[in-house]
Amino acid sequence: MIYDNLPLIFAALMGLSILIYVILDGFDLGVGLLFPFANAGQRDQMVASIGPFWDANETWLVLAVGILLVAFPAAHGAILTALYLPVFIMLIGLILRGVAFEFRTKAPKAQKPLWDSAFFAGSLLASASQGFMLGIYILGLNFTAWHIGFALLIGALLTIAYSFIGAVWLIGKSEGALLARAITWARGGIWGAVLGLGAVSLATPFVSERIADKWLAWPQAAYLAPLPIASAALMAVIYLSLRRLCVAPDAHSHWTPFFATSALFALGFGGMAYSFYPYIVPEKLTIDQAASAPESLIIILWGVAIVLPIIIAYSALSYVIFRGKSRGLRYD
Amino acid sequence: MDTFLLSRIQFAANISFHILFPTITIALGWVLLFFKLRFNATRDPAWMAAYMFWVKVFALSFALGVVSGITMSFQFGTNWPGFMEKVGNVAGPLLAYEVLTAFFLEAAFLGIMLFGASRVAPWVHTTATFLVALGTTMSAFWIIVLNSWMHTPAGYELREGVVHATDWFAIVFNPSMPYRLVHMLLASGLTVAFLIAGISALRHLWGERSDEMRKSLRFGVTLGALLIPIQIFAGDMHGLNTLEHQPQKVAAMEGNWETGPRVPLLLFALPDEEARENRFEIGIPAMASVILKHDPDGVVPGLNDFVAADGTVMHPPVAPVFWSFRVMVGAGFAMLALSWAGVVLMRRRGVDGLPRLYLGALAGATFIGWIATLAGWYTTEIGRQPWLVQGVLTTREAVAAVPSGMVLSTLVGYLVIYGALILAYMITITTLAGKAAKGQPLPAHRPQLSPAE
Ligand code: HDD
Ligand code: HEM
Ligand code: HEM
Repeated sequence: MIYDNLPLIFAALMGLSILIYVILDGFDLGVGLLFPFANAGQRDQMVASIGPFWDANETWLVLAVGILLVAFPAAHGAILTALYLPVFIMLIGLILRGVAFEFRTKAPKAQKPLWDSAFFAGSLLASASQGFMLGIYILGLNFTAWHIGFALLIGALLTIAYSFIGAVWLIGKSEGALLARAITWARGGIWGAVLGLGAVSLATPFVSERIADKWLAWPQAAYLAPLPIASAALMAVIYLSLRRLCVAPDAHSHWTPFFATSALFALGFGGMAYSFYPYIVPEKLTIDQAASAPESLIIILWGVAIVLPIIIAYSALSYVIFRGKSRGLRYD
Repeated sequence: MDTFLLSRIQFAANISFHILFPTITIALGWVLLFFKLRFNATRDPAWMAAYMFWVKVFALSFALGVVSGITMSFQFGTNWPGFMEKVGNVAGPLLAYEVLTAFFLEAAFLGIMLFGASRVAPWVHTTATFLVALGTTMSAFWIIVLNSWMHTPAGYELREGVVHATDWFAIVFNPSMPYRLVHMLLASGLTVAFLIAGISALRHLWGERSDEMRKSLRFGVTLGALLIPIQIFAGDMHGLNTLEHQPQKVAAMEGNWETGPRVPLLLFALPDEEARENRFEIGIPAMASVILKHDPDGVVPGLNDFVAADGTVMHPPVAPVFWSFRVMVGAGFAMLALSWAGVVLMRRRGVDGLPRLYLGALAGATFIGWIATLAGWYTTEIGRQPWLVQGVLTTREAVAAVPSGMVLSTLVGYLVIYGALILAYMITITTLAGKAAKGQPLPAHRPQLSPAE
């Protein structure tokens, strides 16, 4: 029973870790994207809000690529060789921002603005290239002019979406002047998040008749209707809570926008997963065709079943320990 | 240049950059735990101050290790898709276990270790420090298992041209794993020992006379002096193990062309692969036979045994293996001399009385561990060529058909970034040392409070 469904189980696990990655690293990439709009003191506060988390957040990307690598080796090679250049750009971005994070406080003082720019540039390269790869992937890994154009658009929109989730994270984590800034940023960025989700949802049915049928045929369309309706409701919640926070910053929960945005990301992601199932390389390779030998997958599944709950528990513990408004980062 | 060669250079550049930082964090994690426990036991603020200084170096090294590690995990897919397609059934679970049992552990508890001291109970903080150290060591364990398996594959069978695992115990405990793991962990310990000794010597030279500096310097030199004899012994054992499983590699390390007894230990030579002989040879007669066979008449394999009848060369390129090996062993003996001289000098004159010349030599050797480690890996990895997985998969079979221009441009990009980051890393560590050297004397009653910079 488990044996027959191994590819599906691993596809689900990979989807879960990509989703967790997009939400968690989404907010810390987003914080980097907002750097140019903040002054020096606010930048330190912003970095402090993600300091204890960013490394663990990025580990979800390693897990996602790891599952792709170990469970679907054929797809792994096909996808990553096709995305060679954008992967490179993303890696350069992740390198720059990861090290800038440390260097900006430890390098000689005169270098701090340089590392601040590297932090922003790295966040931008990583976000934009992830969006670009998403766009190319959705359209089936082709590289004609209009595919590239669409992918560039998704790159821009995902960047805005990340900066939006970064801003709503900061609302939860900050006080005073930075809180007010974060609310303004979020109100400015919400349109990008909405447009991005819209663009992806509208584009996917055009990719193939199969996907269009999956969404538009009766009666599936009826079962799926809650998805767009719930998304619209979440957007309304975010919009309204931001407006209320703007009027009276302390009268409302500072976490509503972040949780609602996370839920929105999850819904959008779920919709995409539904579109592409059972393909792992769109229209070319299904998850069953790409899967590794079951003996090896079982070995990994055991590990995952035991270790993943523990990982989730201690990651949650870390969020609990560092809960509340962020204070300065200190080693003591 | 063709895609194949460029991809190899790119992989070598990426992994060489990556390994620099784990080499530091694997052992530094345990050293930090040691400082912390000493402080808990003695309440001597100098231990806490040492912890506070080195935790910054740890945080910085860790960040560099993580981002370069993320690059590594994409390299397999972007440049070597043939690797996972052929041996993914073995390599996959090993990499998955590394992510699950090591990366998450260290990443999650790192936050608590670095920034949580004031938010959690002291024992929780000490435990977090322990878990981070454990996590880095587990990473090293899994990746070394995989790497060793690539050198001495075991516990598998080939079905339809693809490797399938048959015996996980044999895969994990493959013949070269214990040697390689021990040698690597010791290499990490030595790299950190000389890093600590070198930076403390620099602070000494810059006029600092704090208890913290004295303790760190003494600690670094002593750790080096303790580990290096073990490392030399472990290296010898490692070589004997390689002789058994990869004789062509040992032949290249020794620069020995013809199989036979009384093979000399070459101190200098220019191996010439065209002529298949060495030029300008200087050696100690019969010594290689003694080291490898414990007998002057012991027969040592030669490179000419690894040329197929049709002339295909099935041994590694000789000169790089030969020279990397000498650089590593040379660095090892330099470490031996430096650390033991230091122990003797400190006994006689104490840390404050160390001669400037000796301190200068220690400061100059700050990164000697990196040199030895890289040289060691070049010996091992180039020595495995043309195989990627010994006897199973050649490196050429695994390479991706990516246009060479793309590989070249990304390679240049990586090299530029890596060069800049190594420079920035060294400057920053020196800056931290400078700040510490100029810093205020420590208040006697409580550990110095210091923000995360
Ligand atoms: C501080 C670092 C360091 C030092 C001082 C030494 N080594 Fe080493 N050596 C390594 C760090 C290293 C390494 C980087 O960790 C390698 C690469 C792969 C491995 O397992 O260990 C290695 C590989 C390596 C190999 C190749 C193993 C193979 O064939 O795969 C041999 C034979 C030796 N070492 C032997 C020695 C000897 C005889 C030394 C005596 C001075 C020595 N090493 C010092
Ligand atoms: C950590 C230190 C390591 C260093 C410095 C290192 C260095 C190198 C070098 C210099 C080569 C090129 C050999 C040649 O082509 O002539 C190479 C090859 C290779 N190594 Fe390692 N290696 C290390 C560890 C590992 C580990 C842990 C793995 C796998 C788990 C690995 C996998 C490979 C692969 C796949 C190649 C083939 C690609 C190539 O030939 O360039 N290496 N390595
Ligand atoms: C092909 C080989 C390798 C791959 C794919 C790889 C992958 C990675 C990745 C993805 C990370 C980041 C983990 C995180 O997010 O926390 C990492 C970190 C790390 N790697 Fe590697 N790695 C390789 C080789 C090595 C080698 C040869 C060693 C040591 C012997 C090593 C030891 C470590 C350690 C200790 C860390 C923890 C972070 C640090 O201390 O810098 N890795 N590696």
